[in-house]
Amino acid sequence: MALVQIENVSKTYKTGDIEVKALNDINLAIEKSAFVSFVGPSGSGKTTMLNMIGCLDKPTKGKILIDDKQVDIFNRQKRAAFRGQRIGFIFQSFNLFPVLTAYENIEYPLVMIKNEPLEKRKELILDILDSVNMLNQKDKFPDQLSGGQKQRVAIARALVTQPKLVMADEPTANLDKESSINVIRLMRDMKDKFSTTFIFSTHDPQIMEEAEITYNLVDGKLS
Amino acid sequence: MNRVFKIAFRNLLRYKRRTILTSLLITFGIVLVIMFSGLAGSFKTMMIGQITDSNLAQMQIHKKGYVSSIDTMPLDLTLNTNQYKKIEQLLSNDSEIIAWTPRIKLNAMLSNFTDTTNIRLNAISPESEILVCPNVGDRITFDKKRESKILLNKGEVIIPEKLARGMKLKIGDPIVLVANNKDGSVNGLNFKIAGIIESILGPQGKEGYMHINDAQELLRMNRPEVIEIAIRLHDFDKLNKVFKALSAKLKTFINKKGKPEFEIHTWEKLSPFSNIAIMIDFMTITMKIIMIAIVLISILNVMMMSVYERTREIGTMAAIGTSPGRIMSLFIAEGIMMGLISAIIGNIIGFSGIFLLNIYKISFSFGRQENLILSPSVNITELLWVSGIVLFISVFASLQPAYKASKMEPVDALRHV
Repeated sequence: MALVQIENVSKTYKTGDIEVKALNDINLAIEKSAFVSFVGPSGSGKTTMLNMIGCLDKPTKGKILIDDKQVDIFNRQKRAAFRGQRIGFIFQSFNLFPVLTAYENIEYPLVMIKNEPLEKRKELILDILDSVNMLNQKDKFPDQLSGGQKQRVAIARALVTQPKLVMADEPTANLDKESSINVIRLMRDMKDKFSTTFIFSTHDPQIMEEAEITYNLVDGKLS
Repeated sequence: MNRVFKIAFRNLLRYKRRTILTSLLITFGIVLVIMFSGLAGSFKTMMIGQITDSNLAQMQIHKKGYVSSIDTMPLDLTLNTNQYKKIEQLLSNDSEIIAWTPRIKLNAMLSNFTDTTNIRLNAISPESEILVCPNVGDRITFDKKRESKILLNKGEVIIPEKLARGMKLKIGDPIVLVANNKDGSVNGLNFKIAGIIESILGPQGKEGYMHINDAQELLRMNRPEVIEIAIRLHDFDKLNKVFKALSAKLKTFINKKGKPEFEIHTWEKLSPFSNIAIMIDFMTITMKIIMIAIVLISILNVMMMSVYERTREIGTMAAIGTSPGRIMSLFIAEGIMMGLISAIIGNIIGFSGIFLLNIYKISFSFGRQENLILSPSVNITELLWVSGIVLFISVFASLQPAYKASKMEPVDALRHV
């Protein structure tokens, strides 16, 4: 059974009288531990696709199953709980909490969402910090870190809850070439280490090459 | 929960200038309330003390109907010996009452053998009067050579200073008092001026004093009669409780017409200062309302700004699975912390201000009274109330922005620029 199953999914946005079809009758299945990228030009529906799979948004039509759960019928509260338990997120602009140190940013989902006890938290955080090679930067605040370092912390935050799925919308868009490659390779290493499914979007050809499976989106359709 | 407050505190520090300015504003409001309550409360307490301890007493009992015709000082509404004894027995059984004293109020003509004028007199029993109104002597100027420790001896009068000035009377001068008794017959007696009393607020504040036995003689009362019984309690704070209990007991005394025989009033019904006291209370409440408005608007404004500026951050929180309730609690915690910090600082400054005012005594004049010294005080209950109001309003003001934050769709919030 695939981890992610998308059946006849369409998403339409309404802006006044104008209807924009961001996704058009998409069908696909993503297996566990896959390293998948969605590529395509701006406005092709990459972010919408990731939002659907990440349970951040609901499709206008169709069915989405993640880990055998039909998530498109979940209400707001249930979707939030599902995301907290099963999905990690990496954002283009890192989206670290500026008032928390690297350590505390990674700790955030363990405290605020999973309520893990202190000892277990500490063990998980130090382990993941070591994995992303940020142990010596753990007490720094985001504004004291470089872009690449911030994204490493963001990856650690996404993985610390040991999710089955990590969504990354253009995770390298704000990074230089070298950092981009390092971040995407770190993501792949993490996928191998934790058997987590990574789904990311990009329009950088060099990054696309790192993916095991690439889906090309054009005008909301898979091509 | 600790983590929620830790994040809230750091978020407050993130916008230092805004947090400091808002906290200062709230602190100012709290200090304003504490200082005003302390000063106004002190002024009110002092004035009430002046009135009740030097002239009026805390409560008075009269024959029914006396107070409504008090301006004419009627002599036909007296308490006879039997009635006085009944009341005395009632008062002696009440452990809250420390002392009581009989009085006769009368109008008389005062003559210095050249000129004649009207005088309102309060005929007192000096020994018990001093127990009921311990500060009565403070307003009186006696002859420096006076040996008697008693407020007033028989054959002596104390006259109001205005009258003494107008009639060019001095301490030791002889005068004649002429009064009509309740039957209309006139009597006159010679007296010596023992002292001159300064006026205080209210009609009773312009009365002279004479000995109750002299008044009974002047009014040709064959059997002792009194007009009023003034009462003092152990604890002024129990005034209303004792008043209610005494009122109920006095209502059981019925006259031949089946109507209540006596009436009892607290100082509030007898002095015009009670209206000023009500105004002071009203102004204190107004100050509190101003403080509530300051806290409400300040925190609401800060929290709304905060939610707007941190929309993407809220989106991130929601996206990674933070429940709407948790997001709401983060923003409410910020409001509470701002209110709490301001309340603590405001209480410290307000309390210190009151403390300083007590060190550097503030003196002022009120009417004809000069060098009145304010001793402002604020009790812990008041501080707790003010802090409680601030915290409650902080939560209330944070609710709407926090609710708005918790209701944000992550997908929309993450798009926010």
